[in-house]
Order: sequence, then C-alpha cells, then structure tokens
Amino acid sequence: MVEIKTADQLNKKYLREGMWPTIFCNGCGHGTVLEYTLWAIEELGWDMDKTVFTSGIGCSSRLPGYINADGLHTTHGRAIAFATGIKAANPDLNIIVFTGDGDCAGIGGNHFIHAARRNIDMTVIMINNFIYGMTGGQLAPTAPLNSIATTAPYGNIEPPFDICNLAKALGANYVARWTVNHPYQPIKSVKDALAKKGFSLVEFLAPCPTAYGRRNRLGDIKKHWEWYDNNTILIEDYERIINYGSEKEKEEVKNMFPIGVFQDLEKPGFFEQYEKLVDRLMIKKNKKPVKKETVISR
Amino acid sequence: MIEIREDWCKGCDVCIDRCPVDALEKSDILNKRGVRPPKLKKINKCNYCRLCELLCPDMAITVIAEDKKEEVNKKLLRPVGGRK
Ligand SMILES: Cc1ncc(C[n+]2csc(CCOP(=O)(O)OP(=O)(O)O)c2C)c(N)n1
Ligand code: SF4
Ligand code: SF4
Ligand code: SF4
Ligand SMILES: [Mg+2]
Repeated sequence: MVEIKTADQLNKKYLREGMWPTIFCNGCGHGTVLEYTLWAIEELGWDMDKTVFTSGIGCSSRLPGYINADGLHTTHGRAIAFATGIKAANPDLNIIVFTGDGDCAGIGGNHFIHAARRNIDMTVIMINNFIYGMTGGQLAPTAPLNSIATTAPYGNIEPPFDICNLAKALGANYVARWTVNHPYQPIKSVKDALAKKGFSLVEFLAPCPTAYGRRNRLGDIKKHWEWYDNNTILIEDYERIINYGSEKEKEEVKNMFPIGVFQDLEKPGFFEQYEKLVDRLMIKKNKKPVKKETVISR
Repeated sequence: MIEIREDWCKGCDVCIDRCPVDALEKSDILNKRGVRPPKLKKINKCNYCRLCELLCPDMAITVIAEDKKEEVNKKLLRPVGGRK
C-alpha cells in the first residue's frame, strides 16, 4: 500500500479523476470537510471496496460524487434511511453519510432521531452552514436567532436545533462538533467516529459565504472564516466558565457554540444486538447456537 | 517547497489568511478562473506545518518539507475558541 503523505496523493487515491475541483463556491467549507474525512479513512486504512457513502440533496450532499467508492445520492432528507437499509442488507459494509443541516435536521429529522435512538451502525457527517445553500438561502432549522434568510428577511425568530444535544440525549455512541478552521482535532474525531460501533455523529460548522455569509453581513471570506474562531469555544472551557466563571465571563461565552467531543460511549450497536437476538432464538430452537451456514443448509 | 495546482485554486485566500507565519502571498499568475493562486513569499518563514495544505477546500496545495531545523510555530493548530 502506498503511504499517503500529501493532499495530492490523498486526492489521487480517493477521488474520481476529472471531477476535481469541486463545484462549490469560493470560500465554501464543504471541500475541507471531505478532505478531513479522507485523512481519517486513510489513517484507519479502510478498504474503499467495503465502504459506502450516502447523501441526500444539497451542496453538502454532493460530496460522495467526488469519491471513488460506491455511493447513493438519494432523495432529500433520506440519506440515513438508505444507509440503514444498506447496513441491514450487508452488515460488513462501512457506512458514511454526508448530509447538510437542512437535509439532516430539517426534512430528514425523523430519520436522524430514530437512527440515533436505535444506535444504528453508521457515521453521520452533518455539515451545518446554518442555511439551505443549494436552493439559494432559505432558513434552516439550525440557523441562529436573528439570522437573515430569504424566508426570514426580517430575522429568524425560531430557536435553532442543537443537533449534537439531540443525538446525545438519544444515547448515540459518539457525538462531536467541530469547525473546519482547525484540521487536527476533527480528523482525529472523524477517525474515532468511524471506528466506533453504533451511531456516530460529527457535526461540522462550515462557512457558506454565498447564501449565509453575504446575507448576514459576515464580511469577506477571511472575516467569515474568522467568525468561527470567535464564536466557538471548546466544551471543556465552556463548562468551566458556566460552572465557575464570573458573570462577565458567562455573558461572553453564552452565545458561543461549544465544540469538542460531547459523548463517547461503548453501547452495542443495533446490528450487534440483532445478531445476539438471532443467536438467542437459535439456541431456544436447537438447544445450542448454530452457525449461520448450517442454518441455511437445513 | 510548496506545490500549487494553479487551475484548481478558486482564490479564497484561506491559505494566505491563515498561515501562522504569513509566508504566502498572491502570485502574478492569472489562472483560467481569473484568480491569482498563492505562492511562497521570496523571504518567508514557512515551517512546513501543512496548515495551508489541510485547509485548502480544493486540495490545490501540497507542502513538501525540506530539512530545516527550526522550531514549528503551531499558533493556529489548537482551536482556542476565540478566547485569548
Ligand atoms: C423533497 C424535496 N424538497 C425540497 C427540495 C429542494 N431542496 C434541495 S436542496 C434543499 C436544501 C438543502 O439544504 P442543506 O441540506 O442544508 O444543504 P446545503 O446546500 O446547505 O449544503 C432543498 C430544500 C428537494 N430537492 N426535495
Ligand atoms: S451555496 Fe453555500 S454551501 Fe453551497 S457551494 Fe456555495 S458556499 Fe457552499
Ligand atoms: S486555500 Fe486553496 S483555493 Fe483558496 S486561495 Fe489557497 S490555494 Fe487557492
Ligand atoms: S506550510 Fe504552514 S508555514 Fe508553510 S505556507 Fe503553509 S501554512 Fe504557512
Ligand atoms: Mg445547509
């Protein structure tokens, strides 16, 4: 196996020739998320013939199209439902879902909730740009209060979804949020999420200068990327300040996005439980566990 | 050394803006998109930290380390969350 050391080698190994560079706008964070994911896959040494990518609809959902592996570009919001089906049909496959905040938290919200609750074995990489980027900037359920969108021209009055908190409450095995601004922590985090059995979620806060930044006056690309430096805080620091900080410090961090790893559990995933169930029923029937092959030959 | 796939660059300047030692600048080349891809400054303190390579949304940069025994400036490598 070639040892991958540079972005150029990474690109040659994992991406479809002739598809690059991406169609994404100048300053969009989606390409960086793809790159971090590929570095994580490379570090794990995953076999791309045993890895399937699924996505719904949106700019973020175009990512599997660039990767030289099997992928399903499905209908809007249904990436997780298709992913569940693939895993059920062939539990040996590794499943990675690329989805947007609209795709995952909006139209696909119910699929997300139940996949997390059932601890279905897959890794969901949700790219949160606070907006429906592809269709020109409609309000997403993740948009911070007062955000401007084509469907919220006077400012958003709806409290946003915290998708990491939701996944955590549902007992997902691995939950983390990062920005695209710093490579090393997210690459390690995606690696941990991929290696994890059960349901794992990595949310990326990523800039969409075209549909969100411009409308919300976040400035040029440089300033927009800096917004993520200035409005996020490591969860450890955040909790320390909320617990022990002064009122002034608390006020400062109140509206920041905590980033980091929020949950890391080792509960058995759905398909592990399912296999155990099958074994249990076989023992009952045959008084001893039976290998799957022997069952088929009977 | 820094290799640039000039035609892949969209000119976002994320690499230039976020290099911890301000080693990059716009080049004189105009690519087919009409933007000027980055290049290393004539005098620069590039320490091959690879931040620009990892951040570039279009994988247009490849950093090839040269043997140089200087301390690596990792200023930007930890998400400090805006707090100084
Ligand atoms: C059933 C259905 N409803 C609506 C649409 C229109 N549509 C396409 S992409 C999109 C929003 C995607 O937003 P998000 O998932 O956040 O992706 P982004 O483009 O921001 O990365 C919508 C509403 C559709 N394709 N299908
Ligand atoms: S519209 Fe936004 S999310 Fe879509 S490619 Fe452009 S910058 Fe990226
Ligand atoms: S980050 Fe990449 S696309 Fe952006 S200016 Fe630098 S080389 Fe060009
Ligand atoms: S490798 Fe690091 S120091 Fe060198 S140009 Fe890139 S970001 Fe700057
Ligand atoms: Mg979106």
